[in-house]
Amino acid sequence: MINGALWVLGCQLVGEVVVRWLGLPVPGPVLGMVLLFGVLSVRRPGPQSGTLRVADGLLRHLQLLFVPVTVGIMVHAGTIRQEWLPVTGGLVLSWTAGLATVAGLATLLVRRRGTSGETAPGDAS
Amino acid sequence: MSAALEYLRTSPLTWIVVTLLTYRAGVWLRDRTGGHPLAQPVFIAAGLVMALLAAVDLDYETYMEGGLLIHVLLGPATVALAVPLHRQAHHLKEMLVPLLVALPVGTLVSIGSAVLTVRALGGDRALELTVAPKSATTPVAIGIAEQIGGVPALVAVFTMLAGLLGAVVGPGLLDRLRIRDHRVRGLALGAVSHGVGTSRALHDHPTEGAFAGLSMGLTALLTSLLVPVVIALL
Repeated sequence: MINGALWVLGCQLVGEVVVRWLGLPVPGPVLGMVLLFGVLSVRRPGPQSGTLRVADGLLRHLQLLFVPVTVGIMVHAGTIRQEWLPVTGGLVLSWTAGLATVAGLATLLVRRRGTSGETAPGDAS
Repeated sequence: MSAALEYLRTSPLTWIVVTLLTYRAGVWLRDRTGGHPLAQPVFIAAGLVMALLAAVDLDYETYMEGGLLIHVLLGPATVALAVPLHRQAHHLKEMLVPLLVALPVGTLVSIGSAVLTVRALGGDRALELTVAPKSATTPVAIGIAEQIGGVPALVAVFTMLAGLLGAVVGPGLLDRLRIRDHRVRGLALGAVSHGVGTSRALHDHPTEGAFAGLSMGLTALLTSLLVPVVIALL
């Protein structure tokens, strides 16, 4: 487990340092994710590897980690209430447009290449 | 007695316990309702915490002394998204073209439509610039807003709301659009709802979660590159 934590935190540390050093417009952890992906591709750890167990543990309760930021919404409730129309409209419309664009385009391109993906059951929730 | 109560009200430990407890309640409710879309643990927990903070009259800054200990784990969790992606690596080659085309176009649509809709509905320039980076993961979106003159504190709110939309209505909307391929569903959720959408995708299906994580990372990068271009043009 310690080795697993070291791989994960080590990749984040390298990511954070490189991002600041080169002035990259990406967050350190995202670069860390790319690094860890590279490490895993080279080392190909078995299913009992500490790195995999640490990662699965963190990801099983990913939503928990977003609770503190979400509570921060209360600080800005007043502004949101005042500008609710442009805020709600802008968020919902552009969110929907973005989702439909990515989903539609990717579906077209996957079909064109004739690869078959795993399909979800019709009642996927 | 009152010293003990005051400790209970303001101690960071209390609020770590409260955050875990309310999250636990959220998970219980999600399982109890058979995974109802509105029963997202993050949504329930944050609502309960806000209600409790209001009830004991405590401000967000004091809450965050405890909340920060949970919040810092977001970094390692983002790195950990490499693991589900590694497990799906065999899908990556065939998804390369969809990735390289759909994500940049989707990012342009997200940014452009956000700016134009806010303008059409009477928002000012600062609000346009604040909504523009909302599809990127929170730390990136805040960085972009600082660069272009948005309101950084509000950006976190808008990204969380975009995330919650993805967790609550994203999968249902994809069902309605008849998108069944888990790889495509993941790409779409990660592209508009970053980590919060990814956590819902991970819960629904491992392939979906892996591609959502990948899509979230690439969208963060694309958003930081494309927001300055789009706002210069619009």
